[in-house]
Amino acid sequence: MAEILEYAPAPESRSVVTLRENYDLFVDGGFVPAESGESLTSLNPADESALATVAVAGPTDVDRAVSAARQAQENVWGPMSGAERGKYLFRIARILQERSRELAVLETMDNGKPIKETRDVDLPLAAAHFFYHAGWADKLHHAGLGTDPRPLGVAAQVIPWNFPLLMLAWKIAPALATGNTVVLKPAETTPLTALVFAEICQEADLPAGVVNIVTGAGGTGRTLVEHPGVDKVAFTGSTAVGRGIARAVAGTRKRLTLELGGKGANIVYDDAALDQAVEGIVTGIFFNQGHVCCAGSRLLVQESVAEELLSRLKERVSRIRVGDPLDKNTDLGAINSADQLSRIREVTDSGEAEGVERWSPACDLPTAGYWFAPTLLTGVSQSHRVAREEIFGPVLSVLTFRTPEEAVAKANNTPYGLSAGVWTEKGSRMLWTAERLRAGVVWSNTFNKLDPASPFGGYKESGYGREGGRHGLEAYLG
Amino acid sequence: MPNTASAPEAVTDRELRAFLYGLPGVDEVGAAARAKDLSTRSVKTTAKARAIDLAISMVDLTTLEGADTPGKVRALCAKAARPDPEDRTVPSAGAVCVYPDRVGIAVEALRGTGIGVASVATAFPSGRAPLEAKLADTRAAVADGASEIDMVIDRGAFLSGDYLKVYEEITTVKEACGDAHLKVILETGELATLDNVRRASHLAIRAGADFIKTSTGKVSPAATPPVVLVMLEAVRDHHRDTGRRVGVKPAGGIRDTKGAIRNLVLVNETAGPDWLTPDLFRIGASSLLNDLLMQRTRLATGTYPGPDHYTQD
Repeated sequence: MAEILEYAPAPESRSVVTLRENYDLFVDGGFVPAESGESLTSLNPADESALATVAVAGPTDVDRAVSAARQAQENVWGPMSGAERGKYLFRIARILQERSRELAVLETMDNGKPIKETRDVDLPLAAAHFFYHAGWADKLHHAGLGTDPRPLGVAAQVIPWNFPLLMLAWKIAPALATGNTVVLKPAETTPLTALVFAEICQEADLPAGVVNIVTGAGGTGRTLVEHPGVDKVAFTGSTAVGRGIARAVAGTRKRLTLELGGKGANIVYDDAALDQAVEGIVTGIFFNQGHVCCAGSRLLVQESVAEELLSRLKERVSRIRVGDPLDKNTDLGAINSADQLSRIREVTDSGEAEGVERWSPACDLPTAGYWFAPTLLTGVSQSHRVAREEIFGPVLSVLTFRTPEEAVAKANNTPYGLSAGVWTEKGSRMLWTAERLRAGVVWSNTFNKLDPASPFGGYKESGYGREGGRHGLEAYLG
Repeated sequence: MPNTASAPEAVTDRELRAFLYGLPGVDEVGAAARAKDLSTRSVKTTAKARAIDLAISMVDLTTLEGADTPGKVRALCAKAARPDPEDRTVPSAGAVCVYPDRVGIAVEALRGTGIGVASVATAFPSGRAPLEAKLADTRAAVADGASEIDMVIDRGAFLSGDYLKVYEEITTVKEACGDAHLKVILETGELATLDNVRRASHLAIRAGADFIKTSTGKVSPAATPPVVLVMLEAVRDHHRDTGRRVGVKPAGGIRDTKGAIRNLVLVNETAGPDWLTPDLFRIGASSLLNDLLMQRTRLATGTYPGPDHYTQD
């Protein structure tokens, strides 16, 4: 039976996006073909259609980009006054706002995340990061890092596919504000908004070589971080790759920040505001299809309210609208790639094999593209793979606890330490818990709230260094 | 109509207090965020056409002015029965809502249309009168043919913690209603917190309300989205616990089609589609109906007729 209030399709128009068929590398202020002659194709994960081909940067290309960045840093960007640098950053921030609709649609097409998230989260936050750091550019001597903090030089930055443009902003804005120049490699499945960002750099008259974008896969990233000409490496991605990078830069002069995986615990006490806790749990794990390093992928619920909370949660999850990411009413979009989809399937199936109970609401998934229904796993214990490994998908592992001590012990019993959430109406319990959680971010009565003024980063195998806020500047100043 | 409550059980003040304070709290920031999230739903084309007709059928067309004349009430009734005289496909409104002394006129004017008359009662809008006066108010409206009574709760008693007084007043008025349905106005603009909105909702539901209603329309803020959200959660939870469905009526502040549709989205995704019927959801409004009619015509014909094509009262 059709629903009484069946929302008609409300797709955002693609016409605001003008894609070229092929994209070259952005080096020294212009687009140049890759010497390697190789290319890769970026797909729309919602229907597997090809969006554009992009060049794959090889060693010579990376070398050219690093040299361009070096020249620009030493001759133009480094000597420039902070106030002047700030003007460029403000200009970039404004252009991001002006072109936000176009970028939101493009990001949704390239990544698969719903348009309401790119429109309401990715784009506003990306612009906010440039605005925030533009303000810092002429105030660095007030940052508590000495009277004359100096840029490090050339930053090699490698970013993931889950928030392509936002991660670019997290990396480029602080680097530029502090007088560094950058060579950035976007993820191979989501390079397109970075290439439009390159156009924005041109539009803003940013001096040539200050920002260089080299596209490619893991090989390009490795060449970049291992290049002897870079002074700083910043990476966001998986813990496995992060380990490799740490090994590669060990013993060199390069400074390193790593933003890696997570298995965040979302702790719900029995006195929590249950309906809002349910919203927070949904945001924690289903925001961006769960492709979030700080996702609340482990729900720890006090056993006295577990049944009631789960029944509310299931009802709420049943209302999640899965489908066309460009539809303004879609809550959960496509999984970013075939690889990621098979990884999510593999780990989730392993949970079932280990005896975990699996639940998903009835929902029609599109036939083309990469899709995974929102999933709850109950009866999970700490020893199950689904409680230990980062799934990076819309899969929530539900565990229960009896006492606050047990909640904290379980929350901390993970090699990761990026994020955690605490839900209680009692202030003293919230503070008691937050104090004991070993996680870079602890949210209370909310989840996945990000702000450029707030430092973000992990404990343990979730990485080191902070991004955002005053602390984030430290990673780019010597 | 909503499932009628069985006779409410006798309760003590202590027991009532334990019940109300045992309800889960409401986080104001989280509730506002959810309401805002739902306000971004895009309801267009065919969905919008259906939503507009649904909203029209849910309007409690209201006039609650000291200056209400018999003529104005009759005009309102004619409009409720046939909101757009030029278009017979427009559904009729949910009910007409008037003061008790205008009930007889409205009942007469609506005879044969199947549209009910709702009357505010119990010393509307302040509720500041002796219980006897409130009951007399109610009985008079029912005797004149009102099929729905919109009572106000004693906010003073509620805010001072005298929940038993509020409860007993509702049960007594409910008795005086006889077969008429009882809508209980919480006047959420005076309740200060969403925790209070949740408690007052459950208190009214437990005392036998067939509907819980946000506001009198005389106090601002009135039917804000977070308030409606919390009240919808209350009826949803009550249904889950008891199987009885109680209706919700936002009133005050919903002036245009966009606002009405946002409310329908809140219903759809909170209490669920079962509540998308005039039996369980009403919108108390006076100026809303014209905007719904204008948007309906624009959707059907592509042109916007302008306010002069619709009667002001």
